[in-house]
Amino acid sequence: MMGWKHKHLLDMGSLTKDEIGLVLETAKSFKEVSSREVKKVPALRGKTVALLFAEPSTRTRVSFELAAKRLSADTLTIQSTNSSLTKGETILDTALNIQAMNVDLVVVRHQASGVPQMLAQGTKMAIVNAGDGCRAHPTQALLDMFTIHEKLGSFSNIKVTIVGDILHSRVARSDIQGLVTMGAHVTVCGPSTLIPIGIEAMGAEATCDINKALKDADVVMGLRMQKERQQESFLPSVTEYVREFCITPERLRLAKPKALVMHPGPTNRGVEIAAEVADGPQSVILEQVTNGIAVRMAVLYLLLGRKSK
Amino acid sequence: MSTSSKIMDADQVRRAVTRIAHEILERNKGVDEVCLVGIRTRGVVLAERLRAAIRQIEGKELLYGILDINFYRDDLNIIKKQPVIHETLIDFDITDKKVVLVDDVLYTGRTIRAALDALVDFGRPSSIQLAVLVDRGHRELPIRADFVGKNIPTSKTQQVKVSLQESDSHEDGVVIEG
Repeated sequence: MMGWKHKHLLDMGSLTKDEIGLVLETAKSFKEVSSREVKKVPALRGKTVALLFAEPSTRTRVSFELAAKRLSADTLTIQSTNSSLTKGETILDTALNIQAMNVDLVVVRHQASGVPQMLAQGTKMAIVNAGDGCRAHPTQALLDMFTIHEKLGSFSNIKVTIVGDILHSRVARSDIQGLVTMGAHVTVCGPSTLIPIGIEAMGAEATCDINKALKDADVVMGLRMQKERQQESFLPSVTEYVREFCITPERLRLAKPKALVMHPGPTNRGVEIAAEVADGPQSVILEQVTNGIAVRMAVLYLLLGRKSK
Repeated sequence: MSTSSKIMDADQVRRAVTRIAHEILERNKGVDEVCLVGIRTRGVVLAERLRAAIRQIEGKELLYGILDINFYRDDLNIIKKQPVIHETLIDFDITDKKVVLVDDVLYTGRTIRAALDALVDFGRPSSIQLAVLVDRGHRELPIRADFVGKNIPTSKTQQVKVSLQESDSHEDGVVIEG
């Protein structure tokens, strides 16, 4: 198997099929660690990982923190609300100060697209993108792909349907890039105002017809309305969205009988997904969360567990 | 100029495995509480063969697991090529078991150090014993094997190559090169 040559993980577009395969294979080994009585291995002993979160997050931040800790790295968390970011310090200055304290890797989340890229260019530390604006969220895509591969065993001839606010979704963009690279078919579906122009260029099919989108799907993924990013009115009302696009038990029957139901969280039950579906037997939403730690351990190991330059 | 000499052939490997199986039974007075843990990659093959040999001798099936020690290496910061991690599979509780660690070549002892650290993260065995096909000397840590297929004096510049049918699709044998 080929080696890993990246210093940063900024988006899915920079990973080849082999590299995605290596992350998923490595994550399989790390999943076992979290099931042990002693959930810790010394692979990253002595390394320091900073979590720089300028946007709210529970799952991703906690998942990265546990991933780093289970590899024996030390972690520190800087959140916008309790840091000098509120005093007007730029994110690059904050990062350079972290670097001055000999931190090895920064996990960054920011509302502006491109911030991780800027930190990768402006600092010497390894940078992992934990979500930047509407652009990319590579570890979410990798954990989605890990879950799909674990459950279905393959990506070829798999139809993945993503329903919701595609326009503002970094998860959708990263999932499309990764899944298309691995050979899956991706269909995105939502109100026409929330489907970005040119999404087909990424290799996905786009439709506003939920019935067509769900037909024979192997994976059905719901996405939240990203109200915090919607700067104008994209929808007449939530009620209308629910009537047209909510993933209900009836609609789910259009997909394959054992289709996986996924959601990156946080879920708004009764809006993009019905509670019966989110909690139903086909849902792997909480398994996605479990797998998130294994995938992030794999990413941290691949970026830090080797000779530093 | 590099030279290559065969130290063990397929028959010798087979006999060594059978003898070690007997020695494990003798030392532990049977198979009660004994389990085998193979270190990836060739240790796993040897552990499977020891398990089959013990099944033939005693008619009993031993618990057995697979260990990947790469998380526990002390040279991750030094080596150039990052090791590819494979799964560790120990699906039983090793606490109070007599664990026989199995590897192909014992050299500096650093792999075994890593394996010992890994094992104690899984539980507290009543004892850990070590079985190797080849002991080539040059220990850098205070570690020794309990069961040895063959002691081979080597120089540090030489390479010991073990081939096993299952992992190398090549006839069993041990060769010294250099």
